[in-house]
Amino acid sequence: MLAFIVKRLIQSALILLGVSLITFALLYLLPADPVRQIAGRSATPETVANIRAQLGLDQPFIVQYARYLGNLVQGDLGRSYLQKTEVSTLIASRLPASLLLMLGAIVCELVLGITMGVVAALRRGTATDNALMMASFIGVSAPQFVVGLLMLYVFAVQLQWFPIGGYGTLAHMVLPSITLGILGAGWYSRMMRSSMIDVLRQDFIRTARAKGLGRMRVLLRHALPNAILPIIAMIGIDVGIFMGGIVVVESVFGWPGIGQLAWQAIQRVDIPIIMGVTLVSACAIVIGNLVADIASLFADPRIKVR
Amino acid sequence: MSVHDKTASVAPVAADDRPTVLSVRNLDISVRTEAGILPLVQNLSFDLQRGETLAIAGESGSGKSLTSLAIMGLLPPPAVHVASGEILFDGEDLTKLPETRLQRLRGDRIAMIFQEPMTALNPVMRIGDQLTEAIRAHEPMSARAARVRALNALQAVRLTEPERRLKQYPHELSGGMRQRVVIAIAIALRPDVMIADEPTTALDVTVQREVLDLLRDLATDMGMALILITHDMGVVAEMADRVLVMQKGQLVEQAPVHALFSTPQMPYTQQLLSSVPRMGKGRDSTVDTSACPLVSIRDLRVTYDLRGGILDRVQARVHAVEKINFDIFVGETFAVVGESGCGKSTVARALTGLVPHQGVIELEGKLMLRDRVSQKANTRAMQMVFQDPMAALNGRMTVGDLVREPLVIHAIGTAQSRADRAAELFERVGLGTDALDRYPHEFSGGQRQRICIARALALNPKLIIADESVSALDVSVQATVLDLLQELKAEFGMSYLFISHDMAVVENFADRVAVMYLGQIVEIGSSAQVFGNPQHQYTRRLIAAAPYPDPSRPIPPRGKLATELKSPVLPVGQSPEILRYQSIGEGHLVAV
Repeated sequence: MLAFIVKRLIQSALILLGVSLITFALLYLLPADPVRQIAGRSATPETVANIRAQLGLDQPFIVQYARYLGNLVQGDLGRSYLQKTEVSTLIASRLPASLLLMLGAIVCELVLGITMGVVAALRRGTATDNALMMASFIGVSAPQFVVGLLMLYVFAVQLQWFPIGGYGTLAHMVLPSITLGILGAGWYSRMMRSSMIDVLRQDFIRTARAKGLGRMRVLLRHALPNAILPIIAMIGIDVGIFMGGIVVVESVFGWPGIGQLAWQAIQRVDIPIIMGVTLVSACAIVIGNLVADIASLFADPRIKVR
Repeated sequence: MSVHDKTASVAPVAADDRPTVLSVRNLDISVRTEAGILPLVQNLSFDLQRGETLAIAGESGSGKSLTSLAIMGLLPPPAVHVASGEILFDGEDLTKLPETRLQRLRGDRIAMIFQEPMTALNPVMRIGDQLTEAIRAHEPMSARAARVRALNALQAVRLTEPERRLKQYPHELSGGMRQRVVIAIAIALRPDVMIADEPTTALDVTVQREVLDLLRDLATDMGMALILITHDMGVVAEMADRVLVMQKGQLVEQAPVHALFSTPQMPYTQQLLSSVPRMGKGRDSTVDTSACPLVSIRDLRVTYDLRGGILDRVQARVHAVEKINFDIFVGETFAVVGESGCGKSTVARALTGLVPHQGVIELEGKLMLRDRVSQKANTRAMQMVFQDPMAALNGRMTVGDLVREPLVIHAIGTAQSRADRAAELFERVGLGTDALDRYPHEFSGGQRQRICIARALALNPKLIIADESVSALDVSVQATVLDLLQELKAEFGMSYLFISHDMAVVENFADRVAVMYLGQIVEIGSSAQVFGNPQHQYTRRLIAAAPYPDPSRPIPPRGKLATELKSPVLPVGQSPEILRYQSIGEGHLVAV
């Protein structure tokens, strides 16, 4: 187990290195010039050149990247070009909100997805099944900003059940969590349905029934723990999908997380922030996958640690 | 909780005097399909007496398993259902009982064990929990008390280290051990009736022997009535007091076991019994073994690495095949027989180049090369026929295309000549040419295997490797497919490498036989030598373990307790000891 984790952490470090290189290169090749953003339109060529030299942006790519990497190893993510604050401070102040939102989304997609999938599998071929699968199809295909705006309009503006936006209470969390989680809920309900149908056909379900167990017990104790295994492995991948989703969802709901931070930074070509957010996201994905793999290990005794 | 007295002693009285525990009356089982309601079992009636073992014998599609599921109330809903008739147990008609009442009987008074031990247990639940759960579903008791009961049940099925088993998961146990666990679950509450649906079909023959012995002892000790559902007339002969023969959903014949085997009344029963391969003294080979062999295998070795740890280093090695030698001569059927994991299929895969191997394989005196061009030529000389014909045929291609495909791959002939060839092969294997445009799922198991044989013949190979090719077929179909193979061999002058676990089939079909154990050959010789005069103790054990279709033959003495096949996995650096052979004469070699 320990060997497995160590092995995965080494792999993760390599992944992060790759992510940093690719992102840095993409930002370097970007036609937008960060210096113009900082200096403003009326700045003289001398001022522009000064700022460029100050930020080290006149250096060749390799030198810039090496310097960034050197700082990174010491835990220094650099300073924002425009906000004149440490990137690490900015991210640290925003990250908890985003993590909270993701947690809400995971809960939402698991609860919704698993319930819908199980019910659809048990009612296979009926109108209930069709309705649920139609709903999941909408969940999978609806763009998040549309879902978000629709949620806001119906539940916040018309019904006034939930606040329109902002951050702080549990009520604030509901709509953004559902919006972020609805895609996953759609996927999971479909996966869960087919996995459940598959498991219900297995011999050990028949064995459980031959023991004289009640239907509920067969379902909860024998079918569900087996049907859920493929989903556990997927949760790690979800974190990656969320990272894309939070940029949209946080903007729609005015949620003060790193998604908003990233969005603003991209508009202003604030390279240190973009780099920082990307690396933190990559970390989250790597950790999410590691946690999902470890969870699978516990859920399925057949998986051997390798 | 149950009011009846399960421990009532059962005096060994004449079968007719024993009280009836279960009675099936005019049972009809149907399935709803798009084409309407089709009968699956029709008008079946029988009685089961306390303490009796009743075998329901029949081939696939006979309705024997459906009958057992109907008794359990476990017919797959909603399509399959009991259309009419009664199943009387303890004064109640099980077909009319609501699900909750049935649940209380299931596992408590009527228990069932199934064919496939590898999948019959929940893979993510500990053995102990799966046992105690069954016990506590019927008798409310503390977890600790249930654990004691579970332990007793595991001891009753003679499982080694029962304490440890409670904490293990199913995948940590072998097939035979898992079947014991399934049996332990079934007997934990001392049911009145136990239904065993093909309980040993998926097990190796030596393990089958132990499980059959166990079932017989448990039935006697507990006074349990046993319904044994099986296709294997050898198992019937050894186990049953009385036999029901079913065919296509109908009862053909019902008789005490001795009467059924000595004087079968109905033509179907007679035909069934005559198709069963019987073991005897082997058959003599007429093959010329002085000529140059078709295939010559020297020091063949196949190992797989098991990796692990942070650096993914090789930690252990599976010694699947360990330095074996044999020749296959022209026109010969050479059989490799052994239990699962002995390496017999690996030999076939090495021969065809499907796994990397060490050692020398010669085809007609020339070393077989494995580069792409040579490998393609090799496949022209060697074709395979596998165990499961449904899995071996691509369901999206017509069978005609499937049989033509080898010719297309090797660019042989024109479209017209390929079509002619396919038609000719179809005729030859006993299928009409009108079948060429149909898809695999439209054929029966036996017909599909004929299609696989036709495909293997398409390239006029010199050797056909038949890996358990008849194992999945019903006995009567098996007999006809074996006859076909025999005819084809004479006609085309091919050789067979016939891989099987079935001693009786091998004895009747093979010219020469190699018995494999743990990756090595322990005995090799002609069928007459190996079966008529078995020298190695493992060969003898295999022969003794095979159930014999004659109830008057005494049941062979018990083997050792819960023997499991030893593992071919060894740590790096260790090698298994290479067996040395002693010649008994005329090519009969035995490991010493």
